[in-house]
Amino acid sequence: MLQQIEGSRAIACGIALCRPEVVCAYPITPQTHIVEALSEMVRTGELENCEYINVESEFAALSVAIGASSAGARSYTATASQGLLYMAEAVYNAGGLGLPIVMTIGNRAIGAPINIWNDHSDSMALRDAGWIQLYAETNQEALDLHIQAFKLAEALSCPVMVCVDGFILTHAYEQIEIPEAGKVDAFLPPFDPVQVLDCMDPVSIGAMVGPEAFMEVRYLQHYKQLRALEMIPEIAKEFSEQFGRDSGGLARPYRIADAETVVVALGSVNGTVKDVVDEMREEGHLIGSLCVVSFRPFPLMEVRACLENSRRVVVLEKSFSVGLGGPLSDGVRKSLSGIALRGYTVIAGLGGRAITKKSLKGIFAKAEMDELELLNFLDLDHEIVARQIMRERETRRSGPIAENLLKSIGTVASRIA
Amino acid sequence: MSLQPVKFYQTGTFTVGNRLLDESLRTVQANMQRTNSLNSGHRACQGCGEALGARYAIDAAMRATKNRVIATNATGCLEVFSTPYPETSWQIPWMHSVFGNAASVATGIAAALKVKKKSDVRVIAQGGDGGTTDIGFACLSGMFERNDDVLYLCYDNEAYMNTGVQRSSATPPGARTATTPAVGIHPGNAFGTGKNLPLIAMAHQIPYVATASVANLHDLEAKVEKAMGICGARYIHIYVPCPLGWGSSPSDTIKVARLAVETGLFPLFEAEHGEIVSRIPIRNKVPVEEYLKLQKRFAHLFGEDRSAIAMIQEIADRNIRKFGLEEA
Ligand SMILES: Cc1ncc(C[n+]2csc(CCOP(=O)(O)OP(=O)(O)O)c2C)c(N)n1
Ligand code: SF4
Ligand SMILES: [Mg+2]
Repeated sequence: MLQQIEGSRAIACGIALCRPEVVCAYPITPQTHIVEALSEMVRTGELENCEYINVESEFAALSVAIGASSAGARSYTATASQGLLYMAEAVYNAGGLGLPIVMTIGNRAIGAPINIWNDHSDSMALRDAGWIQLYAETNQEALDLHIQAFKLAEALSCPVMVCVDGFILTHAYEQIEIPEAGKVDAFLPPFDPVQVLDCMDPVSIGAMVGPEAFMEVRYLQHYKQLRALEMIPEIAKEFSEQFGRDSGGLARPYRIADAETVVVALGSVNGTVKDVVDEMREEGHLIGSLCVVSFRPFPLMEVRACLENSRRVVVLEKSFSVGLGGPLSDGVRKSLSGIALRGYTVIAGLGGRAITKKSLKGIFAKAEMDELELLNFLDLDHEIVARQIMRERETRRSGPIAENLLKSIGTVASRIA
Repeated sequence: MSLQPVKFYQTGTFTVGNRLLDESLRTVQANMQRTNSLNSGHRACQGCGEALGARYAIDAAMRATKNRVIATNATGCLEVFSTPYPETSWQIPWMHSVFGNAASVATGIAAALKVKKKSDVRVIAQGGDGGTTDIGFACLSGMFERNDDVLYLCYDNEAYMNTGVQRSSATPPGARTATTPAVGIHPGNAFGTGKNLPLIAMAHQIPYVATASVANLHDLEAKVEKAMGICGARYIHIYVPCPLGWGSSPSDTIKVARLAVETGLFPLFEAEHGEIVSRIPIRNKVPVEEYLKLQKRFAHLFGEDRSAIAMIQEIADRNIRKFGLEEA
């Protein structure tokens, strides 16, 4: 049924349709509306046969999910930003144990300075924890990816993060198709765990492993991700057959057939990117884009196939590897091994900085003329940066950076050009 | 078997001889049907109090639940010595996740069992004192506060043993550890620090809190058995000497544990919903020197200045008053 609904609410509806048996969560903006909606569904009985546990931290949230999943229950939690870092140890643990937990990340920046707005720093910080990471472009896809995520997670016995841009998606009201329960049940079989704590068949889970087998355990995690490269398109196809729309998959190219310049990005910004591509195409530019849905596993071959005939690639990153560049660029680079084309990284939208069509158009045009640096920052205010650098040079006790910058600007930090 | 109407105690121990008890009252360990949940062959040190405490506690829980126990384990000696890959000593479904989350993982298991309507299966979480009073404290407090259906067993050996004997918030004043060395003007662990987890557990008003000791194994079993008959959050704090960390003789583990009780340094009691309902009185009060002198971690207290020992004696005396341990 098509509904005008908030992204978070739609995700909660999608989760409920997957019939999770244990849901545990700790509040953090912009994830809150998802878990609030789920707690209501459990209370009203709309979501039956589900334990909802209000925990005391994100570390506990994921730990409860780890226990529940090990005891054979379909388990779900959601978090963002500081919360994801707070549970980092458990994130790796769930990955290492191969527990098919599904977790929504309402993508948000990480402090300091504390900031509640969207970027991808949080999920990127945990990209190597042995979880599959899927990034939603729209709220419809966010909902759909969760249904696919449980199927994938349980088939492989591997946890999955569904990354949804905070506010931009989580708080946006849109028309979303909520699937029928019967169809979801047909698509997603009940959870049949590969390892379970069972008194009739006792096992020890989480034993200590030394140098003699640790590498193998890690390799087997990688093997699952390789399997996921095959399964993600299959599941997306099956989903499309069952629900009549395309969602998910590894990566989605847009107008790349004759493109000389291809923009690669994760998540919701792909909507804006496609609009800019359309406008530039109207003006005769040979530009296209590639939306990467699956960041872990990274679809090297698919990305390569989409880029190999172009002349240059612009990787638009909503996270920043300080001191180097961006994690998406690393994957893209790897996918292009042996192919000579120009590559530019554009760091954009950190801490919720608006990514406007105008700014994108400007930077893509510069890329077309190969006037970009290897690493670029979209709409960085060079003036206030320079002022702070001077201040630090002149005065030893120059004070907290964030405070100085805000003073420099004189007003609210987020401005739309 | 007929019971004799006389009180027989093993000489010098005040422990009633097992063979003199009615069969139903005999220890779980005395029974050939015991489950050996933590089986032999593990790699604990000789005389390890933690291995002993865990074996008694889990076997008692198994008997009480007709072998329906799932256990979690925080990182620490018990976890490491029981499950060196590819071996395991555990005969029960058992799980180790990380150091600080044993209580939360247990909550998750209990939640799963509840949705799956397996009410006969019970969940136990286990951790050392560090995993309980320090790094796992938030998860534990959350589990208590929600009154989750989990029995948490803390094996208190008063330091981080698995990493080489560092101070925890359960390390007693005066004790030498690797991070409270016996040097300087105030050698060993500082006085006036640390926390009493059983009392903090009681402050959560949970249905059952108890302290137990490997010197009173029958009492330990009885408390575990009682705990398994109760639903909701339960906590048992078990005193387990560590010969390696304490510098005591492996053959003195029980003796050291008994002296901790008899000096008043480790009061044995039970509390229900935040109120103490029973305590084990001290029959024959022993001065703290007797306890301290068996352990190298306190050796530096026996120099010319004995004031630290006097302060420890004060702590013991206060415990006796506070918990009413004087035999009436
Ligand atoms: C997050 C984290 N910090 C530190 C450690 C290192 N560590 C492992 S076991 C341990 C000591 C455990 O002490 P305790 O809980 O008292 O148990 P014991 O070994 O004394 O039985 C420590 C510090 C760890 N594994 N994880
Ligand atoms: S170090 Fe202590 S607690 Fe650890 S196994 Fe040895 S005796 Fe037991
Ligand atoms: Mg310890």
